Amino acid sequence: MDLNEAQDTLVRLLNDASARFHQLPGSAIALRYIKSSYQNDPVRSAIELFLFLFAVRYMMASSYSTAKNKQVKLSEQIDELVEDWTPEPLVAPPTQIEEMENEKRPVIVGPTGPKSKLSNGRTVTNLASYNFYNFVANETLKEKAIQTLREYGVGPCGPPGFYGTQDVHIKTEADVAAHLGTPACIIYAQAFSTISSVIPSFSKRGDIIVADKAVNYSVRKGMQISRSTVRWYEHNDMEDLEKVLKKVLKENQGRGLTRRFIITEGLFENVGDVVNLPKLIELKLKYKFRLILDETWSYGVLGRTGRGVTEAQNVDAREVDMIIGSLSGPLCAAGGFCAGTEEVVEHQRIGSASYTYSAALPALLSTTASETIAMLQDQPEILSGLRENIKAMRGQLDPRSDWVKCTSVPDNPILILVLKPEVVKSKNLSAQDQGQLFQDVVDECISNGVLITRLKSMPPGVGVAPRDQGWQPVPALKVCVTSGLTRKETEKAGTVIRHAITKIVSRRK
Amino acid sequence: MPTRTISPFASTSPSPSLDAINEKKDQSRRPSFSKNKFTSLFGGSSPKARSEAAALREALIAQQQALLDSPSPQQINSATLSLPTINLTTATGEKMPSEAKTIFQPPSPEEAKRTARAHAQFGPLGSSSHRYTSQFDGEFGDPIEDEPPYYFLITTYISYLILIVFGHVRDFFGKRFRRRHYSHLKERDGYAPLNNDFDNFYTRRLKMRINDCFSRPTTGVPGRFITLLDRKSNDGNKTFTFTGTQTETLNMSSYNYLGFAQSDGPCADAAEVAIKKYGLSLASPRSDAGTSDLTVEVENLVADFVGKPAAMVFSMGFVTNATAFPTLVGKGCLMISDELNHSSIRFGARLSGSMIAMFKHNDMRDLEKRLRDAISQGQPRTHRPWKKILVAVEGLYSMEGTMCNLPALVELKKKYKFNLFVDEAHSVGALGPRGRGVCDYFNIDPKEVDILMGTLTKSFGANGGYLAADKSIIDKLRTQNAAMLFAESPAPPVLMQIASSLRVITGDLCPGQGEERLQRLAFNSRYLRLGLKRLGFIVYGHDDSPIVPVIIYNTAKLPAFSHEMLKRKISVVVVGYPATPLVSSRARFCLSAAHTKDDLDRMLEACDEIGDVLQLKFSSGVAGGALPEELQPTDKESLRQQNGKPAPPRWQLEHVLKRGVDDVKVLLR
Repeated sequence: MDLNEAQDTLVRLLNDASARFHQLPGSAIALRYIKSSYQNDPVRSAIELFLFLFAVRYMMASSYSTAKNKQVKLSEQIDELVEDWTPEPLVAPPTQIEEMENEKRPVIVGPTGPKSKLSNGRTVTNLASYNFYNFVANETLKEKAIQTLREYGVGPCGPPGFYGTQDVHIKTEADVAAHLGTPACIIYAQAFSTISSVIPSFSKRGDIIVADKAVNYSVRKGMQISRSTVRWYEHNDMEDLEKVLKKVLKENQGRGLTRRFIITEGLFENVGDVVNLPKLIELKLKYKFRLILDETWSYGVLGRTGRGVTEAQNVDAREVDMIIGSLSGPLCAAGGFCAGTEEVVEHQRIGSASYTYSAALPALLSTTASETIAMLQDQPEILSGLRENIKAMRGQLDPRSDWVKCTSVPDNPILILVLKPEVVKSKNLSAQDQGQLFQDVVDECISNGVLITRLKSMPPGVGVAPRDQGWQPVPALKVCVTSGLTRKETEKAGTVIRHAITKIVSRRK
Repeated sequence: MPTRTISPFASTSPSPSLDAINEKKDQSRRPSFSKNKFTSLFGGSSPKARSEAAALREALIAQQQALLDSPSPQQINSATLSLPTINLTTATGEKMPSEAKTIFQPPSPEEAKRTARAHAQFGPLGSSSHRYTSQFDGEFGDPIEDEPPYYFLITTYISYLILIVFGHVRDFFGKRFRRRHYSHLKERDGYAPLNNDFDNFYTRRLKMRINDCFSRPTTGVPGRFITLLDRKSNDGNKTFTFTGTQTETLNMSSYNYLGFAQSDGPCADAAEVAIKKYGLSLASPRSDAGTSDLTVEVENLVADFVGKPAAMVFSMGFVTNATAFPTLVGKGCLMISDELNHSSIRFGARLSGSMIAMFKHNDMRDLEKRLRDAISQGQPRTHRPWKKILVAVEGLYSMEGTMCNLPALVELKKKYKFNLFVDEAHSVGALGPRGRGVCDYFNIDPKEVDILMGTLTKSFGANGGYLAADKSIIDKLRTQNAAMLFAESPAPPVLMQIASSLRVITGDLCPGQGEERLQRLAFNSRYLRLGLKRLGFIVYGHDDSPIVPVIIYNTAKLPAFSHEMLKRKISVVVVGYPATPLVSSRARFCLSAAHTKDDLDRMLEACDEIGDVLQLKFSSGVAGGALPEELQPTDKESLRQQNGKPAPPRWQLEHVLKRGVDDVKVLLR
């Protein structure tokens, strides 16, 4: 009885519900749609209903972590581990060589110049500074700098984006651009950080960089930050470069076009030789790579008016996509620059870390750069005077010494002197031995009144195994010629260096 | 040394404040140095016979009027020039003094010009009450961050949406009808574009609209006032042309915390001597021949100043960080960095090759969790223990105005044995009763922090950065640090500026001046912050921080705010996404010891007006600025409406100005 009644009620209710449903406007359409779309297949409808309910349940479920199970869970255990953990000291204890370096680093008392006084009281001939034209002692420059100081103070107290751009910076940018013959230029506050920041602002992950094996430290760091794919070619070997370029193109066929760069130096900091720019331009155009040229050591040195490699090798500066240079070395001011098209320069104003996030260059150093550029342009004899001295110095060292040879090009005022291969072979010298030997030569020179330095190797970084260090420069002596000395003084200093080398190297068994 | 209660500026300057006159009774306490040192410093000629202040009153009032008309120093000149010479002659028949006793001699035009110039760089102190000592007191809490009504948040998102949609529509048509303008984003005869179309969208379509608020070119000293070169754009901010005119504006934007951006005074004099003696460059990296006796002297001074055994200086602040981390950490090391750390720290961390973890800004609980995780789990995959863990924080965050929670960090350091690196780029000189930075502010021994890094650009008005640590660490860094080996060494005038400004702060040079600068900065910071809170603005950061960010939210209000300020001859920095989170676009004010209270009143007035026009006053009162007891509404109606919540502070400007000076010195509410 009860069961029947219940069944009746149920049927009535269902009928009721279906009647109501049919009364709803549009219900017929919905029914027809369901029937036709599911083709009267109740199994399929059931599965889809199940899936729908599952989705609802999934959405309602509480969230949980997908992190991998940690090995240690209990907090007491963690406390124990924290207690047990003993970190290494922040820096490793100094090695013998490092202690020696700290001890022997020369400290100049008073102004730097062709003759400098050291903290031990001796006055030496300074062939270690990049004071090639002796602008340090130039009274006109000092006078102009003092004028700027009295107008602008020292620091600009802000990054270029926030009221740190001063009219003097704009002028220096225009001066450099006009000197080089590029459409635009941007000034950084430090030369060393310029290229490390320029590279990552253009080359990103997935882009391709082909670089010379001997490029300097800051170029390497720029490439590291950019996270781009880096390919190396043998130092200054244009045939190898072409091979690498071909290979890169082949590998990337059909992968979509990415930005591709060739990065090299004008004058190489670590070797002293010069790039073959016309050939490089030819290759770059042929394989459609952009060229980033680090002219840190060639700007202000090569060419008739110091415009760098482009002037020395008769290449239009606009052919090079980006020219990076320094205002701090030969120009005796401070800061660096990147010259190129308007597009290249404007992108850096917001996209380059060490420009955007660093204070601008002090005004008085900016005006000094403008002044020295003008001097180089107006008085090319400044450069030819230096070249005379370079010739004199080389005459004392390269052909005449039995032990060392100079890897620098004749116009480079930085003479990089390495041991001749036969000497290394006959005496069986490791890189460290050579470094030690040259340090002894430097000491010997200082005691004879001539200050020179060694080429510094690149710091490897913490925890990097020696085999992962990559390319390192050959240990070398660095002699910087200056026009602040007469030809005779230069020759005399050269003789002192040659004799010191002979004395130290021949003593070594 | 005894605290000076009055400033020599007060009497030597045409200050609009009459406090100068009221102070004559304190004259016996004036230390003798003040006259000769300071007057020569700031080029001021002190009127003779100071006790005759009454005679000065008229002149001062006249000048004050001139000042109120326009704060431009040129105006002061003309007012000064018209002053008469006042002589005292006795009319009795007694022995006549052979010469008349001059009690007031108007300064010669050149002197007046010089004084005005000096005051445009460093304002004279209006009253001895405008000083405060920046010192941590009580419990360090995170500053309460107020939130605006949802309406503003939603409209902010909508405004971004409109900008983006608009940008895409313009791009859509532009790419079809003005191909030439888009050619640099397209593949060009086999070269991939230098700028990615997608990456460039923000710059092209959002930043370009407000480009005239950024990179405004300036000239002269970025001191109390800064001179902008006027420019205009006829092509939607793509290019600018100079109109040839200049505008002198109140400088609320330079990092000139202690006001050392000056072209006169002891620092500039010392820099000039340095140029004459040392030349302009050392023309060599530090490790070759770029270390001079001046460099060594500055390094010792910096080390003494921050309280560490040794220090080294660099020619650029950015590079200091970028090259420091690769020499400290590497493979197998963990670096835990605050999420809002400066770009240079990230740059250095990426170069170092260590693992990098981040913790939420200033959240010590999150940091502890990460430390426990890291130490218990060890290195990923191998589960070897970490070689070392370096926690890097900033002393004062430049976009937030917050300080790091140093006491808590030091506690954690004791427990978890990590190394602590504090970047004091903004805090050194700007915080602490002696200007030594966060350690000084929290009264924590600098020994507790392993490495103190800072810049010399900001508080000291020079350029460059420093690292200070134990001698063994510095010795190691000297041989391994790339900037030491390859980068140019700091220039002699810059080194001298650092040395002399440090000496001024410590009191070795011009005693009393350093202390005054520190206390004025602390007062100014608190005064402006409190005023803005009371006016109803949402302000981030800690009370003593000289960086005051005012949150604007709607991006379209950023250029409006900047333009309105420029109309009132005030230059401010506005920042939006991506330098800040999407919603919290802001204007940032940097205080300086060179500002006077009148400058800040002018600033508050401008903010008050602009805040009303642009609807920027939306603080709810949770972050302070509440009405004092006696001004609280008492009627039941308004009390019921508040419902226990603090009333939104919306003070009248005159009340803010009236009560500001006294209220700054108590705990800010």
